[in-house]
Amino acid sequence: MEKLTRLESRITLLPANDVDTDQIVPARFLTTTTRAGLGKALFADWRYDAAGQPKPDFVLNQPEAADSKVLVAGNNFGCGSSREHAPWALADFGFRAVISTAIADIFRNNSIKNGLVPVVVDQATHEWLMANPWETVTIDLERCELVLPDGSATSFPLDGFSRYCLMEGIDQLGYLQQQSPAIDRYEEQRPWKP
Amino acid sequence: MTAKSLFEKVWQDHVVVPETDDTPAVLYIDLHLIHEVTTPQAFNVLRERGIRVRRPDLTLATMDHSTPTVPVTSLKDLDVVAEGSAARQIRQMIENCREFGIELHGFDRDTRGIVHVIGPELGATQPGKTIVCGDSHSSTHGAFGALAFGIGSTEVGHVLATQCLLQRRPRTLAVNINGQLAAGVTAKDIILALIAKIGVDGGTGHVIEYRGSTVAALDMEQRMTICNMSIEAGARAGMMAPDETTVEYLRGRPMAPQGADWDAAVKRWLALPSDPGASFDREVSLDASALEPMITFGTNPGMAIPVTAAIPERYSGPSFRKAMEYMQVEAGKPMLGKPVDLVFIGSCTNSRITDLRQVASVLRGRKVADNVKMLIVPGSQAIKQQAESEGLDEVFRAAGADWRESGCSMCLGMNGDTVPAGQLCVSTSNRNFEGRQGIGARTVLASPLTAAAAAVSGSIADPRTLETRQ
Ligand code: SF4
Repeated sequence: MEKLTRLESRITLLPANDVDTDQIVPARFLTTTTRAGLGKALFADWRYDAAGQPKPDFVLNQPEAADSKVLVAGNNFGCGSSREHAPWALADFGFRAVISTAIADIFRNNSIKNGLVPVVVDQATHEWLMANPWETVTIDLERCELVLPDGSATSFPLDGFSRYCLMEGIDQLGYLQQQSPAIDRYEEQRPWKP
Repeated sequence: MTAKSLFEKVWQDHVVVPETDDTPAVLYIDLHLIHEVTTPQAFNVLRERGIRVRRPDLTLATMDHSTPTVPVTSLKDLDVVAEGSAARQIRQMIENCREFGIELHGFDRDTRGIVHVIGPELGATQPGKTIVCGDSHSSTHGAFGALAFGIGSTEVGHVLATQCLLQRRPRTLAVNINGQLAAGVTAKDIILALIAKIGVDGGTGHVIEYRGSTVAALDMEQRMTICNMSIEAGARAGMMAPDETTVEYLRGRPMAPQGADWDAAVKRWLALPSDPGASFDREVSLDASALEPMITFGTNPGMAIPVTAAIPERYSGPSFRKAMEYMQVEAGKPMLGKPVDLVFIGSCTNSRITDLRQVASVLRGRKVADNVKMLIVPGSQAIKQQAESEGLDEVFRAAGADWRESGCSMCLGMNGDTVPAGQLCVSTSNRNFEGRQGIGARTVLASPLTAAAAAVSGSIADPRTLETRQ
């Protein structure tokens, strides 16, 4: 996982509310057995017509989206299915952060494990972003702040451990494996066995 | 001693390393359910790093999501009935389980079924356990007083490798449901009404405990229907206090404790309910006696109304308009009477034997309307056998419905069972998202009774207007 301290990027706006992971990656793409290449499936049903041609008015098909690393979605992003294919697809397309007023729990967990920063902002900041397509913002992980073009900063919640993992590009499996003496002890000492 | 909630008791019992400001808790997992769709990437990581599965004995594996619902007796059949990549994924699952020493409830086993149906059915789901699966409807198992939640594939790898997860402690939400349900109103209606009330993000960051007289009076299958859809309110998990109903359900199941172990387990289970005075971060209440059969009209499970009501005009905004357009419905108008193309009975929400009996009570002596195709998919092979031993399959076939092998099927349309674009499907599943049942599919969520009523009426109907026949 790539390290990330500071991210400056144009924002891509997707104003829909309650975007679920079935929209992010439709189920028919889930028969894959690898993580790679899911960027093509990202928002497939909104992005392509019935003949598989890109719909020109969909935001991801606009040229500005190509090098955008920050997706700003409507209220409550990533609800529904636990499919990690959703953050895999967003990351494969090139996004490194998602901004919304609320982000669903499982999607949030999955994002952090794939170097995608979940940024929850207040309504006013969200409204400003929604009114300013393709503006450039900065996400500062050191300070957990979203910095707008006028220099004003809003902080966003991110627990210390997630922040550390994102900044150092740390894979949590290694950390968990280091806990094995405690896990051995727990298994031996617990009063009942599953 | 401070009063503890059910959630707190189960959480504390599984903390291997407590959380600190800087680090999440290491939480032990008692049961890991796995299926073919969200595990291949996790097994790949284990393989690349030369890690073995720590506790294959605590891992329960089946195949459900991309499996065909027509009979498959050999892997040769699979290529005939399954699309190439789905067949590859199924083969990969068989290979992964063999390589890592995990028992697979596969095609050759009559214990196969939807992962959230077979866990309880085999008695592997028990009160007080921590249960996870790479699937958001893991919340189903909370009906037994387990702490059960969905995880992503990376976390599936964590559990396979260490039997543990890194977790921040969630907040708690008490949902008090009291009052007696009217005839024709079931658990599905309760949960749809709740999600309509608190919203699809109403439970985000929380573990719900469903409490109250209505919950206590429900059987285990109805309880599972409610806990199953906790995730549709955004909740991390849903839990219910174990009681005599829970104990009786588990008694004698193959993976439930036996003999002296059973007695000890029951004692431990019955001490799990929240202590009087236990506190919750939030509370909401629902009057069950006022509920009517519910249906959804939009593109998320929170867009639900009583079957006789009109689509509310109070919503606005582009997302709402997009949903109305997609569903081809209009605010201010009722859903009742809208012609239906398909009816799907199935999914981990409503595919259990009592659901099927309810469907049969409507179909008995009636015909599926000419304009409707009806698909009935049991949650497991065991349920299929049970239904057939009760003659339910004959009721279904006589009515003109299609009776299948178990699996997720049209709940997410991964196995080829899809709703054609533009068609309206009344479904007992849990998600009416755009395209969930197929590209352009329009899904209306409902209870088994309401879905069956739609099938025989040919349009969205109130099940209370049809006499049921046992
Ligand atoms: S039945 Fe539907 S919701 Fe349940 S596990 Fe299968 S796909 Fe998921």
